[in-house]
Amino acid sequence: MAEKLVIIGAGMASGRMLEHLFETDPGRYDVTLFGAEPRGNYNRIMLSPVLAGEKRYEDIITHDADWYAANNVNCRFGQTVTKIDREAKSVFADGVETPYDRLVIATGSAPFILPIPGKDLPGVRAFRDLDDVEAMVAVAEKPDAKAVVIGGGLLGLEAAAALRGRGMEVVVLHLAGHLMERQLDAAAGYLLRRELEGRGIKVHCKAQTKAILGTDRVEAVALDDGTIYPADLIVMAAGIRPETRLATDAGIEINRGIVVSDAMVTSDPDILALGECVEHNGAVYGLVAPLYDMAKVAAKTLTGMAAAFKPVQTATQLKVTGVSLYSAGDFAEADDREEIVLRDATAGIYKRVVLRDNRILGAVLYGDTADGSWFFDLLKRGTDIAQMRDTLIYGQSYSGGASADPLAAVAALPAEAEICGCNGVCKGTIANAINSKGLTSLDDVRAHTKASASCGSCTGLVEKLLMATLGDKYNPAAIQPMCNCTELGHDEVRRLIVAQELKSIPAVMQELGWKTSCGCAKCRPALNYYLVANWPGEYEDDGQSRFINERVHANIQKDGTYSVVPRMFGGLTTANELRAIADVADKFDVPTIKVTGGQRIDLLGIKKEDLPAVWADLNKAGMMSGAAYAKGLRTVKTCVGSDWCRFGTQDSTGLGVRIEKFMWGSWTPAKLKLAVSGCPRNCAEATCKDIGVICVDSGYEIHFGGAAGLDIKGTEVLCHAKTEDEAMEIIAALTQLYREQGRYLERIYKWAKRVGSDSIKANVVEDLGKRRQLFERFVYSQKFAQVDPWEERVNGRDAHEFAAMADFQMLQAAE
Amino acid sequence: MNDWVDIGCLEDVPRRGARCIKTPLGKIAVFRTADDRVFAIDDQCPHKGGPLSQGIVHGAQVTCPLHNWVFSLESGNAQGADEGAVRTYPLRLHQNRILIDVQTFAAATAA
Repeated sequence: MAEKLVIIGAGMASGRMLEHLFETDPGRYDVTLFGAEPRGNYNRIMLSPVLAGEKRYEDIITHDADWYAANNVNCRFGQTVTKIDREAKSVFADGVETPYDRLVIATGSAPFILPIPGKDLPGVRAFRDLDDVEAMVAVAEKPDAKAVVIGGGLLGLEAAAALRGRGMEVVVLHLAGHLMERQLDAAAGYLLRRELEGRGIKVHCKAQTKAILGTDRVEAVALDDGTIYPADLIVMAAGIRPETRLATDAGIEINRGIVVSDAMVTSDPDILALGECVEHNGAVYGLVAPLYDMAKVAAKTLTGMAAAFKPVQTATQLKVTGVSLYSAGDFAEADDREEIVLRDATAGIYKRVVLRDNRILGAVLYGDTADGSWFFDLLKRGTDIAQMRDTLIYGQSYSGGASADPLAAVAALPAEAEICGCNGVCKGTIANAINSKGLTSLDDVRAHTKASASCGSCTGLVEKLLMATLGDKYNPAAIQPMCNCTELGHDEVRRLIVAQELKSIPAVMQELGWKTSCGCAKCRPALNYYLVANWPGEYEDDGQSRFINERVHANIQKDGTYSVVPRMFGGLTTANELRAIADVADKFDVPTIKVTGGQRIDLLGIKKEDLPAVWADLNKAGMMSGAAYAKGLRTVKTCVGSDWCRFGTQDSTGLGVRIEKFMWGSWTPAKLKLAVSGCPRNCAEATCKDIGVICVDSGYEIHFGGAAGLDIKGTEVLCHAKTEDEAMEIIAALTQLYREQGRYLERIYKWAKRVGSDSIKANVVEDLGKRRQLFERFVYSQKFAQVDPWEERVNGRDAHEFAAMADFQMLQAAE
Repeated sequence: MNDWVDIGCLEDVPRRGARCIKTPLGKIAVFRTADDRVFAIDDQCPHKGGPLSQGIVHGAQVTCPLHNWVFSLESGNAQGADEGAVRTYPLRLHQNRILIDVQTFAAATAA
């Protein structure tokens, strides 16, 4: 029998969630939908046009009775849920009890009603639902009716404009110094005010409302400064707050909103919440885009799939006919920010773009918002706009086509112009390949046309051609030299190492024209990694080009001592291992013993000369280096999974151990941390790891590209694997692709952002042949990588590292 | 008066690497460059005390392992924008043996 899903609230968020749910798993739940309004889901955002008389209610219905019937939704519209009984797992509405297996709270928000005298008088309305709209329209139909709107934000102004359009006299009272201060800067706020006043709406800023006057119904509003505005209708649009009363009564964790996890689950694992009533990571949401994202996540959670809500930047547009206004991002002034402003007073145009380090942080457009999405796109992508800075403010068409643009010269070249002299490739050939094969990167063009694949001197031209052909779809990474020793970037160097079969650091420096004799501390470790990764079994690792931690296989501390972390596969240990660790700690006077975030034990404060002896003791107990210092595989964190946990769906511990046994010793561009969680509750925190696995009933969801350091980022889902073997192959192939493409010190999430997850999926998920080849290259490389460096040093390797050359400490005593 | 003492042979120090000698004043780092020149400087970065002997050696320079300050092995001066210096000690290379003048640090202790 299907599980019982009860939903409280029939608004846009729960409506969207149901759509996703019915798409993926239509028969899974027996759905009961409660809505306080006596109607189903409609597009609440479009209430403003309905109030203005531009649309009818019927135009904005999103789910009609047929839809609910087709999906077997038991609709309980017009019934207000008054109680959730979590013990009995049921809800009460109109005294009727309805049991649930899973419950979704989507109660939305409640308008904030100013706590002033007269607030309960008839004629005071919020602007939240169709009933409000109908009540306002009824007042507006009376001749000479007057309205006062309290709140000059998005909602208040839409109401004011609509009521004015219906012929009412309208005053807007606003607490702040200018309208829509959350979305607009003062200049745009001024233009908006001028526009509204031109339409006959009176705007009163810095207005402190003191009381609503009237006996049987509203008659006027009084302000602190003594001003009195007569009114037949008061619209409260001073803000909203999450509607959390039901959840509060039920003892669910509440802060500003109902607190939910990334998976949209409340403090009660059987209860989800989404929409304007929730609080996620300390933030509450009122715009529709993030609510739709929540809906997607909640639907997945309900079907047992792992998903995480990731808030994205949102843009705002005012829906007042005839007013064009657009704002996105952060546009507050600060010392580290610059701005570009364009004002055209007569045309009523104002544009302002706020920049930091040549990247757009925020944009406000008034009067002409055609380029809003273009700016927003640049903002979201974090595109470096240095090249088009001079023309940026004029918008996309200008930045793409004006003669001042650096692309113009390339765009003007005839198709037969030769771009790549080495390989005799002309412009037309490249442009055709870009268009017909859907190429998007320099590497693509090199692979398909050979242009710039030899000496590389035409790389700049090819990039401009990509830009000219693809427009803003092309997102070039500025080529930065590896360091001051060369003009070449990391990718160039790697490509040439392969193409010219360079197999030693001196060979690379000689053939690629290094400007220094011996490189520097930046390029040498990078070159060493590239050579290790590209020529397994052939290249002899150059210890002197490794950072000290990787040279002595321990982590240097601020006082010059080292910390030692033995490997514990999957975070598992034994009494014997712990005993050996305790003995080492006693024997070597280890001052600090700490448990790490990756489920290992860290022995801190060990003298360098003691390291080999410490390792010898740990080796004897069967432990090897935990590589806690490596730009390589660090740890695979696990939860106890189906072995012990009552929620575990698979053997997450076993899989974690298996992965770590398979992958230990591998070098990667930057550190690589993995985790395997046994169920979507995700106790191993796999969704902020470089690579994570979430076990589900149907197999293994493989995630990648998380970060929880300088940057915080949830993973994205790579794919689903049915078996452990398949998961292992995918993870190894993904790691190998990263090993081959990642720039030294570039974490997996940055690599993924640079090359694009689509290209990663194409190689690792879609093309099984490529996946297999990547996997096999990884396996081959592991043949040479899986040597315990501690054991080598216990047996005498690099002995000079750990002993002083001479000791003159007794000199003074001897004299 | 000099007092040159043999501290080991050239091969005891890896190319583009360093070894330490212990003195009453603390450790001195002995470096060997790729072209077999040898230098000695205090094994302590003036910035946060990092052990310079553990750094990456490139040309006649070393990069501190703690915060990447770069020092000239010849002059002891910090390179680039960083300001500071470490003491240098004269070394002699005699028939593949490395000699250091113990007076340079013995004198300092006696004083």
